[in-house]
Amino acid sequence: MTDYHLNHLKELEAESIYVLREVAAQFENPCLLFSGGKDSIVVLHLALKAFYPASVPFTLLHVDTGHNFQEALDYRDELVKKHGLRLLVASVQEAIDNGSVREEKGFNASRNALQTIPLLEAIEKNKFDCAMGGARRDEEKARAKERFFSHRDEFGQWDPKNQRPELWNIFNGRKHVGEHFRVFPISNWTEMDVWQYIYQEQIEMPSLYFSHKRKVFERDGVWYAASEFIQNKPTEIIEERIVRFRTVGDITCTGAVFSEAATLEDIIQEVAASRTTERGTRADDKRSEAAMEDRKKAGYF
Amino acid sequence: MTNDLMTDEFDSKAYLDMELLRFSTAGSVDDGKSTLIGRLLYDSKSIFQDQMDAIEAASAKRGEEYVNLALLTDGLRAEREQGITIDVAYRYFSTPKRKFIIADTPGHIQYTRNMVTGASTANLAIILVDARKGIIEQTYRHSYIASLLQIPHIIVAINKMDLVNWDEKTFNKIVQEYKAFASKLDIKDVHFIPISALEGDNVVNRSEKLDWYKGPTLLYLLETIHIGSDINHIDARFPVQYVIRPMKNDYHDFRGYAGRIAGGAFRVGDKVKALPSGFSSKIKSIVTMDGDLQEAFAPQSVTITLEDEIDISRGDMIVRENNVPQIEQEFDVMLCWMNEKKLVPRGKYILRHTSRECKCIIKEAKYKLNINTLQRITDDIEIGLNDIARVSIRTTVPLFFDSYRKNRITGSIILVDESTNETVAAGMIV
Repeated sequence: MTDYHLNHLKELEAESIYVLREVAAQFENPCLLFSGGKDSIVVLHLALKAFYPASVPFTLLHVDTGHNFQEALDYRDELVKKHGLRLLVASVQEAIDNGSVREEKGFNASRNALQTIPLLEAIEKNKFDCAMGGARRDEEKARAKERFFSHRDEFGQWDPKNQRPELWNIFNGRKHVGEHFRVFPISNWTEMDVWQYIYQEQIEMPSLYFSHKRKVFERDGVWYAASEFIQNKPTEIIEERIVRFRTVGDITCTGAVFSEAATLEDIIQEVAASRTTERGTRADDKRSEAAMEDRKKAGYF
Repeated sequence: MTNDLMTDEFDSKAYLDMELLRFSTAGSVDDGKSTLIGRLLYDSKSIFQDQMDAIEAASAKRGEEYVNLALLTDGLRAEREQGITIDVAYRYFSTPKRKFIIADTPGHIQYTRNMVTGASTANLAIILVDARKGIIEQTYRHSYIASLLQIPHIIVAINKMDLVNWDEKTFNKIVQEYKAFASKLDIKDVHFIPISALEGDNVVNRSEKLDWYKGPTLLYLLETIHIGSDINHIDARFPVQYVIRPMKNDYHDFRGYAGRIAGGAFRVGDKVKALPSGFSSKIKSIVTMDGDLQEAFAPQSVTITLEDEIDISRGDMIVRENNVPQIEQEFDVMLCWMNEKKLVPRGKYILRHTSRECKCIIKEAKYKLNINTLQRITDDIEIGLNDIARVSIRTTVPLFFDSYRKNRITGSIILVDESTNETVAAGMIV
């Protein structure tokens, strides 16, 4: 008799594909938030599988802070070309220029939190009724409470204390006009699962994730990439180090780790041995104990 | 504390072949649930240094003397402020043998709906009993919910053994009492372990103080308990989620039915029937991006093509020709009510079952259950938040279902309020 048994990566994959297909079936105009980070890369890979041999029935939406790693942009553009995808860019710079958001000031200024307004504007303008993202529950404590299908009111806000119960695999995506949903197909994956899956599937990744030489400086215990977008204090010394990134986001708040990990196997070894979470290198979460919860309530991803 | 769970050299190949176990825990403020989860996470090296730093700082700020591991699980500001778990939180850890997903739920009666939610996807439930207090109302409630939601395995962890001098008789008495109660429930597989979560005895490491106990430690049991039979591998069920029509030259006539197998297995060449149309055909191919399969089984997500062109769309179900589910418009469910707004007798709701959606009417509420005593209440059957009741439902179109006992996917429904769109109830088809 056949052994009817799936290993955990296959089971997680099956669950995520199921969620992606529910999105295609329940919503009229869904989009996939794509940052060029590993989580959104995995979601896109799962979407390719979910609808094969048809094309992915979603638009990709990149909320662009303007403070990007060039490698991430190049990777994004190549991927879009390779799979014939549709990409929309919601620009934080434009939102600043037209006055919908105001740039933060000071040394720790970051455009990370500013992404919420252009995101909500893009959702409204393009009439997206669902925005999927690569957020995972293991990332952060407020995200541990998140549903697969997460309701947003007409202002794009999340009400964590009044979430719809989510049972078995029955997802309720019903909503009123003007409301939308955020959907997180890889909710149940951990950082380790993501890397193991990338390894199993041999998914091509942006070079930023692998060890490379880069000009960096230290601020509050985190090593950041030196760039034209960051104003350095006189005490901050820029030096060249061998680093890689565990997450890829806005360049001004994404910390690097010293690492010699040059292959996927090296990265898996490193993640297994690591004593800090990947968000330990993210300055945006360190602002307060409930920083993520507050941003999410306002409509952040 | 020993950390022999993780070897220094991580074996990536072995990691690729781990099983996934989902378990739920339910508990209230001081029965040691958070300590137990903290212990499992800590001892399996799943708490990271920056998380530890953050909760140490938060504990210190709150003037607490010890590091409050509950701050790790209570993620929302309101939960941390009030020191309670309100919602289901999902936690993840793994050992070299298995990956675990914990659905951590509050235990108080006012959070029955959260317990039901956490239990709906669990293979296993850990029920904590305070050795000093023995079996209490909450134990009955948690066990009943586990049985109602058909969680295949239950571990009764008798905690705080340190506070009863590691006494074997106390443990045995609780085991006897629990068994007597559990005989009234539909529980298939139950295990008892004496532990002290605070000191870690029998959680990860075997305890010398409990040398009279010869069974496995909690983690060993979690790692080895047989979960291969938890899914129905007999009755083949394929609810169609989405129809794939590529509109590409290479796949001009391709018409594939995408879905996740809810039970059993399907092979190329199998004679199948499509519901509700009743038309028969044969499976032509089972398509995935990684190549076609000869056979697919639950819970795989695949795309099926058939030999004949028959009309199938979302909400339909493909089954084997000689093994069809029940096809009815009227049936009974055990309903857990999940909304502040009470159930309206003879009220109309939207019903969701697998990928199918239709309207339904509540025909009759038969009885409500006192979930602490399991007594049936028939004189006052107003059904409100957290109530569990047996009701008859009539749907506008036939549903194809199995009893919940037979299949947790094809036997479950939710009710949605037409005006608010909120999920108001979860139902298990009797």
